[in-house]
Amino acid sequence: MRILTIETTCDETAAAVIGDNLEVLGSVVASQDELHHMYGGVVPEIASRAHLERILPVIDETLRRSGVALADLDAVAVANTPGLAGSLLVGLVAAKALCVAADLPLIAINHLQAHVYACRISAGCEVFPCVGMIVSGGHSSLYRCRTALEFDLLGSTIDDAAGEAFDKVASMLGLPYPGGPAIQKAAETGNPKAYRFPRSLLGDREVLDFSFSGLKTAVRYTIAGPGKPDFGNIHLNETQVADLAASFQEAVVDCLVGKAMLALEKTGLNTLCVGGGVAANSRFRTRLGEEAERYGVALHAAPLHLCTDNAVMGAIAVERFRAGCFESLDLDVLPGLVRNKG
Amino acid sequence: MYQFQFQSGSEADTFRLGAALARHLPDGAVVALIGTLGAGKTRLVQAIAEGCGVDRRDVVSPTFVLVHEYPGERMLYHIDAYRLKDEDEFLELGPEEYFESDGITLIEWADRVEDCLPPERLEVRIEVIGEEKRVFELVASGRKYEAALDALAASLRAE
Repeated sequence: MRILTIETTCDETAAAVIGDNLEVLGSVVASQDELHHMYGGVVPEIASRAHLERILPVIDETLRRSGVALADLDAVAVANTPGLAGSLLVGLVAAKALCVAADLPLIAINHLQAHVYACRISAGCEVFPCVGMIVSGGHSSLYRCRTALEFDLLGSTIDDAAGEAFDKVASMLGLPYPGGPAIQKAAETGNPKAYRFPRSLLGDREVLDFSFSGLKTAVRYTIAGPGKPDFGNIHLNETQVADLAASFQEAVVDCLVGKAMLALEKTGLNTLCVGGGVAANSRFRTRLGEEAERYGVALHAAPLHLCTDNAVMGAIAVERFRAGCFESLDLDVLPGLVRNKG
Repeated sequence: MYQFQFQSGSEADTFRLGAALARHLPDGAVVALIGTLGAGKTRLVQAIAEGCGVDRRDVVSPTFVLVHEYPGERMLYHIDAYRLKDEDEFLELGPEEYFESDGITLIEWADRVEDCLPPERLEVRIEVIGEEKRVFELVASGRKYEAALDALAASLRAE
């Protein structure tokens, strides 16, 4: 079996060819970081224009690296939810066109499920059932994953996503985009106890939700006080930046790790799979490892190269292929967040 | 009345303002939200959404996704211009469709796309005056917004 997987949910244009045993025959991620860097964020118009420009070259290059011709494929799979509408459409239309041209079945990928599935790929063994956690720029969610394809939402952010908080706090501290790596680096020399920032909802054992907007506001208030600050003109010395970064990062990590452990306790599951861009944060990974050991649970954090968006995690399409879950050609994009469904 | 100032000492106050807005905003209202990082723009949208019968937990920051739609007793469109580079990018989102609908359109970081907004609208400027304290400056442009602001002020005073 050979499945072409396509990923265009946000800022990456990516494709891969996956085989029977989840082996990666070829994979391409056309990173758009350079473009985004100029504008301090995921710039959607640029993203969808870049998707259009890159999608065919990325697919061609993926097939070339895989040594697979279009006619050798068994299916085409594409992430159609959730994400930016215009970006999702580029991937979906490309996938449909290939299906029509080569008479192949179409498979839909849920981008969030795929992030959890990245852990299954690297584990090399079954990880389900498990608690699945996705922490990225757009999402901070916990799922009970009954199987690779059956997810029930346990909790998610009620305001900002963790990655978004990293980006916005980085911009307040005068650090570059993307905020995650910049804050991690600045935090290395900082004191995580220098500032006591709030851990919203952490003490509430009834819920598995996150809230990072109060934390963002607390950092803002600590830096700038009342009024309308121009963050470009606030001078912080290196120690202040390091301490603020470390204290902020520690607060986010406390909330993420705390709720992940609570989810394991509440579900009675003993496997935790963590994916998404924030899963690449080294402090988060260290703390997860420590807590997992303390609680005696199996931890599978996505390997670094599969934390940020990629098409390899679309290998979840192999599960859908085996389960006979194919889509008709009128499949649409579902840009919205998925609070009420897996 | 063209202008109305509301002092909020806590999130509970902000939710009172949101509930009053949900009651008095006319159909098809466009609300421009302006304030710095952490001012409480998303909080106010949550408050208005709750007043419209939407679970506030469903209302999250649209910074990455750009537009959220919430079906409540009234349809809510929640747009975020934070990451947009210029007004052309905003126009590519097709905002006229939201403006011309019967639902309420709420735009965070509206000052970044000011020239693309309809001339008749409600502007809400949020000022941070303390860690929890905020001043909401509501400015109505157009008669239906002025009438809404009158009714809103009266109902908040009566509470």
